[in-house]
Amino acid sequence: MNKPYLRTDFHEARWDEPMIYEYSTPGTRGILIPETEKAIVDAVGDVAASLPESIRRKSSLELPEVDQKHVLAHYLRLTQETMGSNISNDISEGTCTMKYNPRLCEQLVMHDDFAYVHPEQDAETMQGILEIFYKFEQIMKEVSGMDRFTFQPGGGNHAVYCAASVMRAYHESRGDTKRDTAITTIFSHPCDAAAPHTAGYKIITLFPDQNGIPDYEALKKAVEKTGDHLAGIFMTNPEDIGIYNPNIDKFVELVHSVGGLCYYDQANANAFLGVVRAREAGVDMCHFNVHKTFGTPHGGEGPANGAFGCREFLTKFLPKPTIEFDGSKYYLDCDRPYSFGKVRSYFGTAGVILRAYSWAMMHGAEGLKTVANVSVLNNNYLEKLLLSIKGLSRCFNDNGIVRQEQVRYTWEQLKNDTGVGTDEVNKRAGDYGIPWYWASHHPWVIPEPMTLEPCESYSKADLEEYYLSLKAVAEEAYTNPELVLTAPHKQAGYNLLDPAELDNPDSWAMTWKAFKRKHGDKYVKVK
Amino acid sequence: MTKKIGVIVNPIAGMGGRVGLKGSDGPDILERAKELGAQPECPDKAIIALRQLKEFNEGSLEIYTYPKEMGENEVRAAGFDPIVLGSIDSGHTTPEDTIQAAKDLLGQKVDLIFFAGGDGTARNILDAVHEEAAVLGIPGGTKIHSAVYAINPKTAGKLALEYLQGKVRDLKESEVMDIDEEAFRADILRAKLYGYMKVPNEHRMMQNLKSGRGYGEEAALDLISRYIAFNLEENVLYIMGPGSTVRGVMNKLELENTLLGVDLVYNNKLLDKDVNEEKILKHLDRYDSYRIVITVIGGQGYLFGRGNQQISPKVIKRVGVKNIIVIATKNKMYSLFGQSLLVDTGDEELNAALTGYMQVMVGYGESVMFPVTD
Repeated sequence: MNKPYLRTDFHEARWDEPMIYEYSTPGTRGILIPETEKAIVDAVGDVAASLPESIRRKSSLELPEVDQKHVLAHYLRLTQETMGSNISNDISEGTCTMKYNPRLCEQLVMHDDFAYVHPEQDAETMQGILEIFYKFEQIMKEVSGMDRFTFQPGGGNHAVYCAASVMRAYHESRGDTKRDTAITTIFSHPCDAAAPHTAGYKIITLFPDQNGIPDYEALKKAVEKTGDHLAGIFMTNPEDIGIYNPNIDKFVELVHSVGGLCYYDQANANAFLGVVRAREAGVDMCHFNVHKTFGTPHGGEGPANGAFGCREFLTKFLPKPTIEFDGSKYYLDCDRPYSFGKVRSYFGTAGVILRAYSWAMMHGAEGLKTVANVSVLNNNYLEKLLLSIKGLSRCFNDNGIVRQEQVRYTWEQLKNDTGVGTDEVNKRAGDYGIPWYWASHHPWVIPEPMTLEPCESYSKADLEEYYLSLKAVAEEAYTNPELVLTAPHKQAGYNLLDPAELDNPDSWAMTWKAFKRKHGDKYVKVK
Repeated sequence: MTKKIGVIVNPIAGMGGRVGLKGSDGPDILERAKELGAQPECPDKAIIALRQLKEFNEGSLEIYTYPKEMGENEVRAAGFDPIVLGSIDSGHTTPEDTIQAAKDLLGQKVDLIFFAGGDGTARNILDAVHEEAAVLGIPGGTKIHSAVYAINPKTAGKLALEYLQGKVRDLKESEVMDIDEEAFRADILRAKLYGYMKVPNEHRMMQNLKSGRGYGEEAALDLISRYIAFNLEENVLYIMGPGSTVRGVMNKLELENTLLGVDLVYNNKLLDKDVNEEKILKHLDRYDSYRIVITVIGGQGYLFGRGNQQISPKVIKRVGVKNIIVIATKNKMYSLFGQSLLVDTGDEELNAALTGYMQVMVGYGESVMFPVTD
C-alpha cells in the first residue's frame, strides 16, 4: 500500500477460548493409534521394561483428551488472535529488529531435501547443509572482521553466555584464575549482564553520563576498582536507546590495558551492517542475532540463533564441533582439546542458518549496506514525525546526538499531563491494529519509555500509518483519557485483573498442573 | 469483602509554603503564616484524593475518620458518609490530635491509613503506627522529604483505590524524613531519617521514585542481603549503618539490629548495638580491619550526613573510603538516575575524597557505578 491508513474501525478476532486442558474429557481421542503388530511386539519385547526404573513414569502422562474437531477449532482460533504479526505494521519492537521474513526462505526450509536431514547423520550424508553453514560463516567473518564463527548458540543470550565461557577459558589457559568480574552498561542488552552473571561472573553496570553516553569516567573507576580481577567488558553498540558509544576505542583500550577482553553485542546491527565492523572497533569477540538482523523469524515464530565470532587467538576455545572444509569435503571437528565444551547440542539451528544464508545471498554485499542505510533513514523519518506529537519526547532529547536505527522515546509528559502512561498508550495503539510496542527492559531507567525500530522492510506509508496511530492515541489521552486508560477495547488481549500477580510466584503458573494446584477451579471457564 | 480505610487530614499542613515559611510546624510559625494571609490547602488536596475512591463499589468501603477539619469535612465533601471517631478542639488542632487519630484508626484495624499533610504529619503518624499498618500520604504539606507520599493528590487517591482493590499488593518500607531540628536550631537546614512506614509499592505513583519497576522489593532486598551476609569476612569489624536495606543483611545474619542506629558486627556476632561515634572509635582501636556497610537514604540519595551521623568523618577516615560498602535495591538506584549520590559529612576534605564514583551493590554479585557529589 502506498498510502497510510489509520484503522479507526479495526477489530481483532476475539474468541472466548478456554485453555486446551479445559476441553479435556476423559476417554476422548483425536486419533486412535494402531496396535503394534504381533511380530514386532514379539521381536522387540517390552521396550519400557528395558528402561531403568528411575526414569520410568509412575503414573500416566496427563495430556488433554480432545477430539480432532476441537483441537483444530482451538488452535485455528488462537492463530487468529495474533494481530497478524510479521505481515502487519510491526515497527513496534525496538531492540528486537522485527522485519519482514521473506516467504522464499520459508519455502526452502520446508523442502524435503532439507527438512529430513538430522544432525546425527554421518557428515558424509549431509554435505549440503554443512556447506551452507561453512559459507555463511565466511559471510559473517566478512561482515564483522572476526576470524571464526560458531552457530551453536541458540540465541543472543546464549551467544553472550558463549562469550563469557570463551573469556574464562582464555584467562584460565594463561593460569589467570582470579578474573571474576565483568563490566557492562545499563543501556546494553540486559543479557550482557545476565549471561556473564549466569556464567559465574560478578557484574558491574555503568550508568551513562548526562547525555546518555556510556560514562568513560565511570569505566575508569570500575577498572581501577577491579584491577586484575577484571575478566572483560560486555557492551552493546549502538545501545538500546539508539545512541552509539563515541568513546568505544577508549573503552577497548582501557579494558585491554588491564588484561581484560572486549565483547560486542551486535543485536542492534541493522544500524551498521556493511558500514562498520567489530574488528575495526578493536573488540575481541562479537555476536549477531541471526533471527533479527539476517531476516529470519523471531520470537514465537521460529527458533533463534546467536552467531558468535572471535579473533584468531580465541578460536581454540570455541565450542565444539566446528565445521571445517578440507578442499574436497565438509566435516565436523570434535577434536578440540582447548574448547570450553558446548552451549547446546549439535552445531546450530539449521533452519535459521539456511534462511539467513539465503537472505544474505539475495541481498549481496551492497544489499546488506542498503539494509543499514534504509533502516537509519526510516528511523530518522519516523522520529521526525513522532516528535511532533504532543506529550511525546525522546530520552536525552537535547544532547544533539543523532539516533541510529532505533530510538527510546518517553511519554513522561503525556503521563504528567493526562495520567496516561506508556502502558496505556501501548494497549490503546493495539485498537488501531498496531501490535504492542516494546517499552523497555525492566526496571525502567527512562520514564514511561517506548522503543521503536523501523527496519528496512517498512515503507514510507507504514511509517506514516504508525505515526498517525500514535498521534490519535495521544490526542485521545488529552481529550478522553478514560478511553485510553481502559483499553484494549478491540483486541483479543485483556487487561490483567491484577497486575501485581505477575510478581507473585505463588500466583503465576507455567503448567496446567501448577495452575490447578495454585488456583483450583477459580479461573477455569469450563466447569 | 468490605474494606476499611482511615482518613486523617492535617488541616494546617501546607500553610507555611505559599507565604515563604519552611513548614507549618509549631504554633508560632502557624500564627505567622495566618498573619501573612495563608489559606489552608491541605483540605482541598485531601478532597481531590478522596474523590478517586468513588470507583469503589457502593457499600463495600467503610471510611473511618476524625471530626470536622481533621477528615470528616473532607470525606463528606468527597461524597462519602464516614464513621467519625474521637473529638477535637476545632480550630486549634495539634500534632497530638494526629497521633491520637492514628492510634484510634489502628484500633479499628483499618486496611489503610490515608493521611494528608507534610513531613511533620508523617512523623506524627509514624509515632503512632510505626510499621503496624499500611499507610499512604496525600502530599499537602510544605515539606515533602518523606517517601511515604504519592506524587500528587489524585495519584494518591488512585493508589489507595488500587491497594484496597488488591491490584497493588506489595508493601514497601519507605522513609519518613523531616527537618533535623537540632541542626535547624543551629541554622542548618537538612533532612533527617526518622523511621520507616509501610506504603503500597507502586513506584510510578510515589514521591522521589520517578521511574522503574519490575522487582518485588522483598526479593531484591533478599539477594543483596544474601550476598553481603555470605561474603562477610572473618576478623573484620563491620559497622552496620541505619536503614531497612542494612537491616535486611542483619536479618540474614540472624542478628538483632537497630533500624535507625548503627550496630557493630564481628565474626558473625553482634558486638555492640546502637552505638554513637565515640563507641565506634573505641571499637576501631581494638581491631585491625574494618568495613562500613551503608545504604542510600531517602529519595535525594544521601550516603552520609542524613540519618547516619554516628558514622562521622573521623570514623570514615579511620575505616578508609575504599572500605565502604554501599548497598541499595536496583529500583532505588534506577529511580535516582540523572541525579548523583550525595555526601554531606561536614568535613570538606572528606566530602571531596568521597566524590567521584561509588560502587553500589544492587544484587547478588551485581553492582552499579554511580556518581557522587557533595
